[in-house]
Amino acid sequence: MTTMLVVLFAVSIAAPIIFHYVGRRAFFILAGVSAAGLVWALTYVPDVLSADQNALAGQPNAPPEETFEWIPELGVELSFRMDALALVMSILILGVGALVLLYCARYFPKGEKAAGPFGAQLFAFAASMLGLVLSDDLVMLFIFWELTTILSFLLIGYSAHRIFARRSAVQALIVTTFGGLAMLVGLLWIGELAGSYRLSEVIAAGSELSGTAVDIAMVLVLVGALSKSALVPFHFWLPAAMAAPTPVSAYLHAAAMVKAGVYLVARFAPGYHDSSFWLPLVLGLGLFTMLVGAYRALRQTDIKLVLAYGTVSQLGFLIMINGLGTENAALAGLAMLLAHGFFKAALFMVVGIIDHNAGTRDLRVLSGLATSQKPLFWVAVIATASMAGLPPLFGFVAKEVVFESFYEIAELEGGWGWVVMVGVVLASVLTFAYSARFLWGAFGRKPGRDTTIFHHPVDGVFLSAPAVLSVVTVVAAFYPAPIEALIAPFSELFDPAVAGESPTYLALWHGLTPVLGLSVLTWVLGALLFWARRPVATVQARIPAWIDAARGYRAMMRALDDFSIWLTGRTQRGSLGYYLFIILAVATISPIVVMLLSGMDVSAHHIVAEQPMQMVLGAVVISGAVGAVFAPKRFMAVLMVSLCGYGIAGIFALQGAPDLALTLLLVESIVLVVFVLALRSLPQRVWTQSATKFKLGRAVLGISFGLVVMAAAAVAMNSRVADPVSLEYPWMSLDVGHGANIVNVTLVDLRAWDTFGEITVLAAAATGVASLIFVKRRDVQRRNISEVPSGSVGRILSDESLPPRQIREIQVVRSFATVAREAWLVAGRTLAPEHRSIIFEVVTRLMFHAIVLLSIYLLLAGHNSPGGGFAGGLLAGLALILRYLAGGRYELEAAIPVSAGALMGWGLAVACFTGVLPLFVNGQVFQSFYVDLTIPVLGEHSLVSSVLFDVGVYLVVIGLILDILRSLGSEIDVRSEQDMLSSSDGGHHVHSETSLGVAR
Amino acid sequence: MTVNLTLLIVMGVMFAAGIYLLLERSLTRVLLGVILISNGANLLLLQVAGRAGLAPLVQNGVESEEYFDPLPQALLLTAIVIAFALVSFMLALIYRSWVLARRDEVADDLEDQRVARQEAYDAEEDAPVIEETSEFIEDDPNEDYELVTRPDTERRHGTAPSSRTKASQDRRRSGSAEGGRTDEGGR
Repeated sequence: MTTMLVVLFAVSIAAPIIFHYVGRRAFFILAGVSAAGLVWALTYVPDVLSADQNALAGQPNAPPEETFEWIPELGVELSFRMDALALVMSILILGVGALVLLYCARYFPKGEKAAGPFGAQLFAFAASMLGLVLSDDLVMLFIFWELTTILSFLLIGYSAHRIFARRSAVQALIVTTFGGLAMLVGLLWIGELAGSYRLSEVIAAGSELSGTAVDIAMVLVLVGALSKSALVPFHFWLPAAMAAPTPVSAYLHAAAMVKAGVYLVARFAPGYHDSSFWLPLVLGLGLFTMLVGAYRALRQTDIKLVLAYGTVSQLGFLIMINGLGTENAALAGLAMLLAHGFFKAALFMVVGIIDHNAGTRDLRVLSGLATSQKPLFWVAVIATASMAGLPPLFGFVAKEVVFESFYEIAELEGGWGWVVMVGVVLASVLTFAYSARFLWGAFGRKPGRDTTIFHHPVDGVFLSAPAVLSVVTVVAAFYPAPIEALIAPFSELFDPAVAGESPTYLALWHGLTPVLGLSVLTWVLGALLFWARRPVATVQARIPAWIDAARGYRAMMRALDDFSIWLTGRTQRGSLGYYLFIILAVATISPIVVMLLSGMDVSAHHIVAEQPMQMVLGAVVISGAVGAVFAPKRFMAVLMVSLCGYGIAGIFALQGAPDLALTLLLVESIVLVVFVLALRSLPQRVWTQSATKFKLGRAVLGISFGLVVMAAAAVAMNSRVADPVSLEYPWMSLDVGHGANIVNVTLVDLRAWDTFGEITVLAAAATGVASLIFVKRRDVQRRNISEVPSGSVGRILSDESLPPRQIREIQVVRSFATVAREAWLVAGRTLAPEHRSIIFEVVTRLMFHAIVLLSIYLLLAGHNSPGGGFAGGLLAGLALILRYLAGGRYELEAAIPVSAGALMGWGLAVACFTGVLPLFVNGQVFQSFYVDLTIPVLGEHSLVSSVLFDVGVYLVVIGLILDILRSLGSEIDVRSEQDMLSSSDGGHHVHSETSLGVAR
Repeated sequence: MTVNLTLLIVMGVMFAAGIYLLLERSLTRVLLGVILISNGANLLLLQVAGRAGLAPLVQNGVESEEYFDPLPQALLLTAIVIAFALVSFMLALIYRSWVLARRDEVADDLEDQRVARQEAYDAEEDAPVIEETSEFIEDDPNEDYELVTRPDTERRHGTAPSSRTKASQDRRRSGSAEGGRTDEGGR
């Protein structure tokens, strides 16, 4: 079974390619595959018929079953089971499928481009439908169910350029998906109740399950079935779906997809037909649908819509009989299902042929086809008569047993049984009438109309598909035995309505029974109704459509639209501050609720501070935070925040965390510089252009958030009882990591994966900074320093805005700066004299190498004493910052003539290499190893491989800082100089001969 | 565990000031808020590490409990460096925003506001269409469905007609001169 499904889906995927090469003839191939599938299904007949339909998988004499594990954690399996019901459905799906595909080969014009995708979708639909009926797993059942929904959407929307088709497709999708979701809930629920997702087990468990939960779950499952089978109140999607090409209507909307709901009802009926809401829903809605559909069918002027409403009616009929839950009803139900599939598919195909050749389906226009298209007419007559329930056709045979089943129930139950019986007869009268109307409408001669002309003669292949179905209808009526044999194993699952009574059988003649009388009654009344069609139409036109589900659907969708716009407008207001406020308010309130509900306990032992110094530092930090809030100027606020940072570094140091203190000190210093570099082009004073509102609200939220965090922290610390995991770290650090600095060993060895992730993030952030500033090309274009004119960087070009005193100062400074030699720094001379500071250059010159050496020391010694890759890298970065600030961007280039990207890349590569290396010596990723070395002079050392990892970290951090410097430093320099140059064009220059352009 | 009141209060102030700044419109203040909050979170981690202790450099004869818990320290170190990268990135963002728009504040999203004011009528869903009675008509009887007048105006958001409706009306006026070609095709 699995193989067959895989083959069918594979053919469907390959279909567009076949269509590309052979055009519409590819439909013949697809029809052939489907027919082969039919043969394959028939080979199962002996096994299935001899099997015990009740037997579960693994039990003796069980029907053929295949199971593969799929998601064992959720109990979902790829499980397929071929029992009698599945076999009957498979034969219908594959048989009618083959004929419809054959029919398509003539329905579509020769060069039709869309035929490829269409064929693929139609074939995929057949495969999904087969999967649906074979599935023995609730989840698989749902997946195939939704696959048919989606494919139906695509097929209805075949003429996607037309609004009519698009809208019908969307409507069908929404209605059936709604039902499908309800069904999913029901299926999962019933699966949980039954303790298994295996469909056969769920059905078997049905007799033991009872209770409200089961009842509700079954209602949900039924909602899915009813929406798929277009029962009131979901019926309106089916007539609208007639926008689909007629082969689709013939297959999906007559023979296959709409039968999925009937199938589901038949599938669950053996186990659950006695659940509380089952019969009221199935019989009530079924009967109502049957009457409404047939009544509406009488009013239609489009012959395809006559059939569509007729189908709605018949689906109500099918759901009723299949849901009834007696032995006879089950036999009647499946027989009727087959009969309906045969005649309705044939009739749709006839309609398609008429539409194809006459260009209309309007029964007021069509005229005289009965005489001019005799073969087509006779095919239609047989199918229509079968629909009307006339002998000697299979429709009659099936309807007889249906009537018999209802009659049996009516006699047994009285009351509602008779209501149902009368309703069914009444609907059958209407059915007879609309069948006659269809035949008359499509083929009859209308007064005052010329005979409708067919553009082409009807092709043999074209007609053969409905003709075969009509022949089957006749043959099955005379030889119903094979069909009865197929259905019998399924119907035997049910108890007879009256215990001990022998089951009924399929036959043209049951004798002179009351049921035959009812049939004759329907024919007579139906014929009368058709004969009096004019007065009937007048009456119908007077009665208002008191329920219009389609209008209700539109109103509902509109209300949904209005609601969603209203909701969007209320929630998505476009203000980030608003969103943030809501999020933070929730984050403030929900912990309070939890703490109040669970009883807050903060009675833990507490101290005021570890030592007095901690309180002093705390005061510094608090004043910094408060100062940042009230600072009037940008840089003042930045300094205040830095103050906080330094204060916290102090707290770290006091608490016993030298590594943290060191790192935070370095970071705070660098951040301060970066802030100044990035924000130097922004105005100093102006904070915002619009007045800041809502101060009080923000203050209240901020303070409450702070209090909540404090409370949460206190509660959390109070409830902690376990020992920290890190109690193991000291010996692990020494024995595993071979380092005394536990924090560093944790970073580079014990939790190296974390650190590896982190340096990747660092590289990403650096790349982000560079791309935001450079936009197009990363890093500066390097220029030989000797080419850069002295004093060209940052030269003040315009003096108009400067006070006279400052101009004089600049002139004096410049007169000193005539020497072109490199006194202290390589590129110091490139700076404009007014930006140079000799002291700074000298200090930089003296300190740079010492700092770099110190950073390397921190890197290498970090394994055993405070330091490590991060601290080392940050210190080295600080050294570079020093060079940049003292000597400008050329100094930076001279200091480190490699690209930041390369540094980070190498850093990551080294870290990665350290991680992967142990794999080659049969170790694990990031496992460390070490060698003891005795180096002359330096003494005994143990070299640990994780130090190499730290080198990677070191390189990445330097790369990060270099990238930031080049972006926020050098590049912004260049840009502001360019701005200055363009704004001072034509202005008076302090030194006119120095307008050399901005050097990159 | 012991609760250190000084650290607790300092952390609370950091969070309060950080949230206050975070809700500002000025991007610089938002960034400062982020820094304060991240420092506050650092203090939270520091507190849960327990009482102060020896620096976690392994020495002989010292019990594990005597060191200041090293695991939160490793987490903190990572957090500090990540926060640095984040701050740099946000600074670059602020600079970019300044270069492009000359503003360093959080602007409201006009598109969101437009979405909230739009009307619910959508021709694709709501325009009345003619039922098609054959698949084989060349011309789509509903070709001009977007131009069909709206059937009702009940309960609509917004008062001004959307620009698209206006454009459709214009097109319709110019199209009406061509005659009722679509009517012939449709019925």
